[in-house]
Amino acid sequence: MSTNIQKVGVCGAGGTMGAGIAIVASRAGFETACFDTSMEVLDRARSQTEGFFGKSVDRGKMATTDRDAALARLSASTDMGALADCDLVIEAVFEDLGVKRELLGALDGICKPEALFASNTSTLSITEIAAGCDRQDRVVGMHFCLPAQLMKLIEMSPGVNTSDEAFADAWAWTEAAGQQPVATQDKPGFILNALLVPFNNDAIRAVEAGVASPTDIDKAIKVGLNYKMGPLELLDLVGLDTQMLLCEAFYPVTLDPRASAPPLLRRMVAAGHLGRKTGRGFYTYDDNAMFGG
Amino acid sequence: MDYVIKKQGESRSFPEGEGFLEGASSEGDIVLHLGTQFEPDAGKTAVLVELEMECLGVHTGEHAGIEGSNALGFARYRNGDDAPSNLIELVRQPATDDSAIAAARAIFEAAGFEVAVSADQVGRIIDRLVRPKYNAALTFLDEGLATADDMDMTCRLGLGYADGPIERLEQGGLAHHFDVTKALFEVYGTPAYAPGRRATVAKQRRSAE
Ligand SMILES: NC(=O)c1ccc[n+]([C@@H]2O[C@H](COP(=O)([O-])OP(=O)(O)OC[C@H]3O[C@@H](n4cnc5c(N)ncnc54)[C@H](O)[C@@H]3O)[C@@H](O)[C@H]2O)c1
Repeated sequence: MSTNIQKVGVCGAGGTMGAGIAIVASRAGFETACFDTSMEVLDRARSQTEGFFGKSVDRGKMATTDRDAALARLSASTDMGALADCDLVIEAVFEDLGVKRELLGALDGICKPEALFASNTSTLSITEIAAGCDRQDRVVGMHFCLPAQLMKLIEMSPGVNTSDEAFADAWAWTEAAGQQPVATQDKPGFILNALLVPFNNDAIRAVEAGVASPTDIDKAIKVGLNYKMGPLELLDLVGLDTQMLLCEAFYPVTLDPRASAPPLLRRMVAAGHLGRKTGRGFYTYDDNAMFGG
Repeated sequence: MDYVIKKQGESRSFPEGEGFLEGASSEGDIVLHLGTQFEPDAGKTAVLVELEMECLGVHTGEHAGIEGSNALGFARYRNGDDAPSNLIELVRQPATDDSAIAAARAIFEAAGFEVAVSADQVGRIIDRLVRPKYNAALTFLDEGLATADDMDMTCRLGLGYADGPIERLEQGGLAHHFDVTKALFEVYGTPAYAPGRRATVAKQRRSAE
């Protein structure tokens, strides 16, 4: 797949998604400039990346020379100026409209005029984020899945002012990076979260309505539909607080009742039952072992 | 544990030739009605009725939220015309005997099925949860959010599902989706269950045939 993009910048590269996106870019042969607000998080991401590539070598998925080359293509800085010559800048900073708009505004003054900006936002509008800069025609939605270094899917969405050419260039880059893009629109949750968040809420409501126990609901969904995980164990893994944030982002925009936070979810979050990370959600966890809910 | 099968017509859970049918005895403490009229029998450990979209209460009657006996409903989950899955949804009422549930679970598990216990609600567990999602996918398709292929691929690659919502609906039959969502909508009344436009079209074409 051909692309004119040679150098990629990743903002928030010290974070979970940013570090994974930087791996995707450098592994595929692109010069990758990692940018974050502290060197500490960038150093931590660097050592995690070395560990990840090391495992790829051990498992025979990557040659030692390719690992060394991929690591050599990665640079890190807390100076935004390091992104000046990037052809594509992907942002994966905090999920906050103000932070993202301010970032794009600052990048606009530093990056070359033809550079593309991409946002990895899960819940915000691409058009609203793009409104923070003067190149709205060159801003696209590029939503990676967690963990980005392993998941191939990218949901691609144009904002209202995105040009067809910019969208096509960004699309071509994702293919050149070995990813699988799908085209969607600038709507809350794109495809994946638009289907998943209300579905998970419905499962919470079924528990609350006494339809079945969490164990029985998860078993029914896994065995009956061949899903790898049931909705309630998935919620425990993702975190019930995260599900709340998703609901609070989507419901006010769509007014879809299925996207509103179910009362049981609110109570569980208030009680600190956030899922695996607090040892208790729809199930209880002890030393990582799972017990029936 | 021995079980007796009373059967009339084709069973959606156990099509002809299923081992479970052949494992039945002429006498036993558990009775299964597959298409035959439910007959209460307090002398048995459990009396099971195969359900379609209806509630168990249609067969047993209900009383002020304290109904329950040795009667149970069940259905093996099946996406329309697809082959049946390995899941049995076992339907209980508020005061159903624990021993009846244990006995029913035992015969199904001995035959290699997995059992999930559900309250006596229309759509039980799976259809209640999955049909609104399929409706949403049909709406997204009509509104141009994504192509059917991209929506299906998103679910396979992004969520690890074996298949996506649109291919699943096409495989099980959109007219079947109409029937299921219509039954759900009649009881729950929320827009999420209202049959999607494409399912309505498929049903209308089927009816015109
Ligand atoms: N975590 C997920 O499952 C997931 C999946 C898909 C998309 N996303 C999206 O990815 C983005 C990042 O999420 P995350 O989970 O990786 O968060 P995170 O908190 O792990 O990482 C965010 C990083 O951004 C950095 N940062 C914040 N403000 C910055 C700024 N102004 N300039 C440079 N760096 C800045 C932080 O220091 C941090 O390292 C969000 O938009 C989120 O919605 C997350």
